[in-house]
Amino acid sequence: MKRAFTRVALVMCYAGWLAAAGPVLADEAKPLKLNTTADHTKFKELQKEFTSGPEVTKVCLTCHTEAAGQIHRTKHWKWEYLNPQTGQTLGKKTVVNNFCISIASNYASCTSCHVGYGWKDASFDFKSEENVDCLVCHDTTGNYRKPPGFAGNPVVKDTEFPPGSGKIIKGINLSKIAQKIGKTSRDTCGACHFNGGGGDGVKHGDMDTSLAAPTKELDVHMDAEGLDFTCGTCHTSSSHDVAGSRYTPTAQDKQGARIRGKADKGNPATCVACHGNGPHKKEARLNQHATKIACQTCHIPTYARGGIPTKMVWDWSTAGKRDAEGKQITLKDAKGHIIYESRKGDFTLAENVKPEYVWFNGQVTYTLITDKIEKSEQRTPINKLGGSPTDGKSMIWPMKVFRGTQPYDPVNKTLVTPHTAGNDDTGYWKNLDWDKAITVGMKDSGHPFSGKIDFIKTEMSWPITHMVAPKEKALGCAECHSKQSRLAGIPGIYIPVRDNNKLLDTIGWSIVFLTLLGVFGHGALRIVSSRKP
Amino acid sequence: MSERIYVFKRFERFWHWSQAGLIMFLMLTAFDIHGTYTIFGFEKAVAYHTIAAWSLIGLWVFAIFWHFTTGEWKQYIPTTEKVVAMMNYYLFGIFKDAPHPFRLTQLRKHNPLQRLAYLAIMVFVGPLIWVTGVLYLFYANWAAWGLTAVQLEWVATGHIIGAFLMLAFLIAHVYLTTAGHTPLAHIKAMITGWEEVD
Repeated sequence: MKRAFTRVALVMCYAGWLAAAGPVLADEAKPLKLNTTADHTKFKELQKEFTSGPEVTKVCLTCHTEAAGQIHRTKHWKWEYLNPQTGQTLGKKTVVNNFCISIASNYASCTSCHVGYGWKDASFDFKSEENVDCLVCHDTTGNYRKPPGFAGNPVVKDTEFPPGSGKIIKGINLSKIAQKIGKTSRDTCGACHFNGGGGDGVKHGDMDTSLAAPTKELDVHMDAEGLDFTCGTCHTSSSHDVAGSRYTPTAQDKQGARIRGKADKGNPATCVACHGNGPHKKEARLNQHATKIACQTCHIPTYARGGIPTKMVWDWSTAGKRDAEGKQITLKDAKGHIIYESRKGDFTLAENVKPEYVWFNGQVTYTLITDKIEKSEQRTPINKLGGSPTDGKSMIWPMKVFRGTQPYDPVNKTLVTPHTAGNDDTGYWKNLDWDKAITVGMKDSGHPFSGKIDFIKTEMSWPITHMVAPKEKALGCAECHSKQSRLAGIPGIYIPVRDNNKLLDTIGWSIVFLTLLGVFGHGALRIVSSRKP
Repeated sequence: MSERIYVFKRFERFWHWSQAGLIMFLMLTAFDIHGTYTIFGFEKAVAYHTIAAWSLIGLWVFAIFWHFTTGEWKQYIPTTEKVVAMMNYYLFGIFKDAPHPFRLTQLRKHNPLQRLAYLAIMVFVGPLIWVTGVLYLFYANWAAWGLTAVQLEWVATGHIIGAFLMLAFLIAHVYLTTAGHTPLAHIKAMITGWEEVD
């Protein structure tokens, strides 16, 4: 028996060896990079020293002739977006927020995240093809850098910056980076999107460098040892236009899972685009929940879960303090995170944050610099979310609500665009002088400034949609079905337990109590009466 | 002299006790779900409550079949006869050791007050709980069933009212089991099937 088994095993091994060895013997194939049809290290055009970004782009465009033109049509390039729902012109070029406030007059710093080279002031040529930055999205080496202050240009030679500071920015070898060009990755998208708001995790709360190689726990899809999604797996692109938008988010996706051949004009980056509208197989009840509740609400229990805190509050009104020697101050918390800077004011940071929840229909209306605002107890919304329980288009969404106190013009009653970054005489971060900073900044953005400065409380909502936890970590029922419900302030729906009727409970328990009282009274009387002789 | 009558047949006793167990378990999980206390927690309590509810529905299918095939349903036909006498007995007579105004037989095993109470449970509290409970379970299907006018709040409120009434009934019912000629006589009868009558 045992010998027979050994013989069979031997025969099988031999057959396996034959099968494995056969093709190699027949025709030896050369090793290939199987994920691309072009090995850019072999291109003569890239085997040279590049002294600037545009030089690289010119080479790229000799083969990829349409690429720059495609980029020119995108938000990534234009930083401008016309919201068809509201008619507002948005985009980084235009909007004012309550983080670093505005890019006007701060181009050289802010445009380190522009997919272009040389946007240093309002005169930037948006038709230039060679100024499209291919490397920032297609670098695979991790060495590509666009430091703030260089208007989106990489630094190719060791450079002291700011001049006279003694700090040296190391130059990078563009040739090596260009030869290793490849698909976008979590690292390339993350170079900007993880660092929105001026630092790691500052802005979004659900995006920071912990997503570069996340665990399953942190992001079930991007799990570096599991599904290993890149950003582009969901945010698919067509002609360099990347799907997904915070200006016109898809709050409710009724189209169901996307299938080849099915007419599809929707956003391919929604959960539903893959999971469909009835994804809960075990508990059909949850599919009913999913008609009113965005997937993210239950499946992202908290944000900033990767060990990197996100900024929750930014108070510009306390900026400007100096120490005894007149120098700028920086204060850090116990973990070493900055909580005060003379040039920026006070910050509150948080990790593992429970989102706030709202009815949201995908419509976002910004308070633009041309809009009149009134200072009041209520915070001025930087972006106002549309939504109601009854409009048929809204879902309950998780939000990071970022609260700030920022300068505004109390006479003209508008937000203002201060000049912050820059190694000059007016930039606030260097000079700590609001008058100069706002005067210069408003001149740049082209809006009137009365010269009076006050501070106004604002808030900005960020839909939470990344850091999706494994299903075991999704919210339990009692997170909402309890008296301390996460959905405490959500109107228009009846949530069992949260909405227990106090009067009904009082009457109900009174009936039960009176019955008990009657029963005990009756029983006691019987006992007493039976003891009589 | 006392006489023994076989009043509760085997299926009826099985029905009664399994129903009693299920209802008490449903009560336990109900007020857990309601947030009155936490034993299983909302999620598990809902799961157990649902299983117990379906079990009870199954039991009822058998019980209804049994009642109609045996004719036992007639035991619940209400009567006004001796109702006042029964009330007088519970309010006064019972304390003076007065004779029980009702003498049960196999064909009339419930006294007139029992008949009324059980009937009220069966035609009012029961349906209230079952209709609202089934609606609750099939909340996802309302639109498909054309129940667009139904509000979850009213279904929930109805279900909660039913629960409180059932709890009150349970308390009174358990207490009245002690009102036999000995405190445990009725319970014994419900276990063995045999009731002793004077």
